[in-house]
Amino acid sequence: MNMGSALGLLTRRTAANDQSTPALVLEGAAKRYGTTPAVDSLDLSAAPGELITMIGPSGCGKSTALRLIAGLERPDAGSVRIAGEVVAGRTRFQPPERRRVGLVFQDHALFPHLTVAQNVAFGLHRSPRSGRRARVSEVLELVRLPHLAGRYPHELSGGEAQRVALARALAPQPAVVLLDEPFSSLDESLRAQVRADTVAVLRETGTTGILVTHDQTEALSVGDRVIVMRNGRMEQVDTPERVFEQPATRFVASFMGDADFLPAHVHNAVLTCEIGAVSTLPGWAGADVDVDVVLRPHEVALAADPASAARVVAVEYHGPFVLHTVRLASGRTVRSWQPHTVRHPVGTAVAVTVAPDTEPTLLAGDTAITSPPATGSRVKRKGTSAAVPQ
Amino acid sequence: MSEAAVTTQTGKAGPSRAGRRGRHGFPGFGAGRPLWSFMVFVAAAAVAVPVVAVAVDGVAGLSGADLPRGLGGMLLTTLGLMLGVGTGTLVVGGGLAWLVTAYRFPLRNVLVWLLVLPLAMPAYILGFIFLSVFDVAGPVQAVLRAVLGAEAGIAQVRSLPGAIIVMTLTLYPYVYLLARNALLEQAPGPYDAARTLGAGRARALWTVLLPLARPSLAAGLALVMMETLTDFATVQYFNVKTVSVGVYLVWKGSFDFQLASQLSVLVLLFAVAVLAGERLMRGRARFHQRGGRGQGLETVRLRGWQGWAATGACLGVLGAGFLLPALQLLWWAAGELATGPVPMRAEQFADYLANSVALATVVALACALVAVVIGHSLRLGGGALVRGAAQLTTFGYAVPGAVIGIGVLLAFAVLDDLLEALGVAGGTGLLVTGSVLGILYSYTVRFLAPAYQAVDASFAKVPPSITRSALSLGAGPARVLARVHLPLVRPGVAVALVLVSIDAVKELPLVLLLRPFGFSTLSVWTYELARENFWEKAALPALVIVSLAVVPVFFLFRQVHLTENRRKGH
Repeated sequence: MNMGSALGLLTRRTAANDQSTPALVLEGAAKRYGTTPAVDSLDLSAAPGELITMIGPSGCGKSTALRLIAGLERPDAGSVRIAGEVVAGRTRFQPPERRRVGLVFQDHALFPHLTVAQNVAFGLHRSPRSGRRARVSEVLELVRLPHLAGRYPHELSGGEAQRVALARALAPQPAVVLLDEPFSSLDESLRAQVRADTVAVLRETGTTGILVTHDQTEALSVGDRVIVMRNGRMEQVDTPERVFEQPATRFVASFMGDADFLPAHVHNAVLTCEIGAVSTLPGWAGADVDVDVVLRPHEVALAADPASAARVVAVEYHGPFVLHTVRLASGRTVRSWQPHTVRHPVGTAVAVTVAPDTEPTLLAGDTAITSPPATGSRVKRKGTSAAVPQ
Repeated sequence: MSEAAVTTQTGKAGPSRAGRRGRHGFPGFGAGRPLWSFMVFVAAAAVAVPVVAVAVDGVAGLSGADLPRGLGGMLLTTLGLMLGVGTGTLVVGGGLAWLVTAYRFPLRNVLVWLLVLPLAMPAYILGFIFLSVFDVAGPVQAVLRAVLGAEAGIAQVRSLPGAIIVMTLTLYPYVYLLARNALLEQAPGPYDAARTLGAGRARALWTVLLPLARPSLAAGLALVMMETLTDFATVQYFNVKTVSVGVYLVWKGSFDFQLASQLSVLVLLFAVAVLAGERLMRGRARFHQRGGRGQGLETVRLRGWQGWAATGACLGVLGAGFLLPALQLLWWAAGELATGPVPMRAEQFADYLANSVALATVVALACALVAVVIGHSLRLGGGALVRGAAQLTTFGYAVPGAVIGIGVLLAFAVLDDLLEALGVAGGTGLLVTGSVLGILYSYTVRFLAPAYQAVDASFAKVPPSITRSALSLGAGPARVLARVHLPLVRPGVAVALVLVSIDAVKELPLVLLLRPFGFSTLSVWTYELARENFWEKAALPALVIVSLAVVPVFFLFRQVHLTENRRKGH
C-alpha cells in the first residue's frame, strides 16, 4: 500500500526526536500478586522509534509488563522511565492518564457510544480546541480512514476497527505505544495486511512501540528487537536474527522455532554427537567438555542408507516441505525439513548428518555457551545429566 | 461532532502533562485511586455502622441485664415461623419449578411466567385480604357456621399457621425462580451423561439434578428466611410475636433502647444462622458450570386429567397468591370510589403518595449514585481490600429491618452525644421523634445491594480494555466516569433506579420503626387501615403499591426470558 501522501502530513513530535533519550527504560521493574511474582526484575531500554516485539507462553508476564509500563499496575520494585521522566519509582507513581503511553488492545476497545472521530478526539482534550479537528483528520488520513469519521464502532469491520484504535492511540502523540496482541482477533487473511499497515504507520511516525504477540513469525518479522519472556523474566532481548540463530537459553531455542537437543562432546576443537562430527570450534582447542547441541530441522540432512540404525518414524506433509521425524540408535529423535519432492517413508533407514556450514548453538545446562566454560571439568558431568533427550 | 466530543478542559498538551508528583501506593489498594477507593470504604462503613452498633450495644447490655419477659416464646415463634415458611416455600416453589420444567401441560408456557407474580403482592397486603376472607367475620366462616352450627370448632385464622400460609404464598417465587434456573442452566450436560450411563428419569433427578440444584435452593431459602425475619407488620395481623415484633413493640411502646438493642442482637443471630446455613448447604461445592451443552431434562407431556391437574395446581397457587387478592382489591377500590370520595381522604392520599414518591426518588438516586461510584472505583483498579469493601456494601440486604432500624437509631444516639459534648444543646434532636433522615439512611443501606447488582451487571459488559484505553488517552478518573463509564452503564443505572424506588414504595417495617410523628407513606397508611379492619379503605393505596410492584416482576420476566433464549441459541 502506498501511504506516502498520508505520511507527508505528519507532524513529528519534538521530544521523541531527541535521539539521546531512550523512549522507555525499565530498571529492575517487578510485580508480584500475592506471593507469585508476575514479573521479576525487568530491564529494558527502548530507543526512540524502535519497534520491539514481546513473546512468551501464556502466563509469562507479558501483560503485566505492559500494565506496569502503562501505569495500570504499581511496580513493587524498580522503576519505569518514559521519555526521560520517571513515571514509577520508589517515591513516585504517575497514573496512566499522566503518562505519555498509547494502548492498542486485541478487542480494539473503541468507545461504543462515540463516533470514529469522537473516539480519536478523546485523547486530545488537553490540546487547544482549534487544533483538534485538524489532528483528528490527520491521524485518520494516516490510517486511510477519513471517510469513516462519522461511523460508530459497531459499523466497522475488524480491520477498520483496529486501524481506528491505532489512530486513537497515536492522536495525542504518545512517547510509547503498547500493542497487546493487536492482530489476533483478525481473520488469517486480513492479518498480514493490517499488520503491514500498522507497522508502516509506526515506522513512518517514528513511534516507539512494544508489540505483544503469541505468533513467532510475527515476533521475528516485525520487531527491531525481540523480547522472549518466561516465568516473569526476559530470557533474551536481541535482534530477531540472534534470537533465532543464537538463542540464549534452551527455552528460547525450543520456543522460537523447532529445535531438537542432542548430547554432544567437544574435543580438540571438534564438536561430535551421536550423528557424527557436527562442526569445528576454533578457540575450543584446549576444551574437553560435554555439551548439548541445538539442531533445527532445516539444519538436519537425511539420505537413505540401509546400513544406518536411524529410522524414519513419522512423516508430515507441510506443502513446500516435508517434515521427517527420525529415531536415532540411542532412541532420541531429530526432525528434518526436506523439500516437498523428497519423502522417505516411515521405517526407512536413513543416514542423519548436519548440513554443511551449520554453526549450531551449544548449551551447558540450560544456558547457551559460545566459548569453553572456564570450569570445564566440572561442567562435564553436570552438562550431561541436565540434557533432556528429545 | 468531533468538537462536541472534547470537553472544555483545555490545558497544556504534550510533555508538560506529566508534571505532577504521583502518590505512593497503599497495600491492598492495587493501582486504584486513594480518593475513589476511600469512597468505597465510606460506603462500606455506612452499611456496617448499624449492624456494628447493634452488635456492640446489644452484647454490652446482655451481661447483667434482665432479659425481656416472654423471650423464650418469641424465640420459639420466630423459629417456628422460619421453619414453616421455609418448608412451605421449598415445597411450593421447588415443586412448581419441577412441574413447569419437567412436564408439558395446558397453559404451561404462560404459567411459567405468571407464577412469579405473587412477588408483587407484599405480605402485609395479602395478609389483610386473607383475613377479610377467612377470619371470624369473613364469608368463609359465616358459611361454615351456617352449615356446622355456631358452636363448631373452627381453626383459629389469626395464628402461626395463618401467617405461614400467607408468607409462603408471597415468598415462594424466590425459591421457584432459583430452582427453575438451576434446573435449566446447570444440569444439561451432567443430566445427559447420567441418562447415557443408564439412569432413568427419576434416578437422574435424585442423583444428578437435585444435588446440582442444592446451592440454588439454599440461596432461595436464605432469601425467603431473611424476608421472613425482616417482617414485623404482617405477623402482627396474625398475633404472631416474633423477635422482630418484639423489637418494634419495645421501641414504640417504651423507647427502651437497652431492651430493643438486645432483642435486635437476637434477630441478628437468626440472620447469621441463616447465612451460615446457606453456606453449609452449599458446602464446598461450586456448581456453577455455565455453558454446559446438552439436551438436558426432556419434558414429558401430561395427558388428560393429569395435565389439567397440573394446570389446576399452578392456577390454584397463582389465584391464591395474586389473582384473587388483586381482584378483591379492585372490587373494594371500585366500591370505595363509587360511594363518593370524602375530601379529607383524597387529601391524605395525595399527601402520603407524595411522601412515598419523594422517599423512593431520593433513595433510588442515592443508591444508584453509590453503586456507580463503587463500580467506577473498582474499575480504577482497587486492590483486594477495596473489592472486599464493595462486597460489604451489598450485605445490607441480608440484615433484618429491625436490626437496621435500631442500629440507625443507636448511631444517631452516638451522634447526639457527640454533639452535646461539643456544646450543641439537645444534639440533633432526631432520636426520639424519629426522622426522615434516618429513614433515608436505613433505606439506602437496605437497598444498596439490588442497585449495586444492577449497575455491576452493566459494568461487567464494559471490557476492562475500554477503561484502560480511556485512562491512557489522558482522561483522569472523573472524566472517565463522565464520558465513558456513565454513558455505558446507563441501562444498569436505569434498572437500579426502578428496582430501588419500587422496593422503597413497598417497604414497611423500616418506615414504621423510624418515622417521625405525623409522617406517613402509602405502605404505612395501608397497614394502619388494615390493622383497624378498614379493608375497603386500604384497598386503594394497596392497589397502587401492587401495580408499582408488578414492574420489577416484568424486569425479571425479561431477564429470565433472555437467558432462556440465549440457552436455546437465539
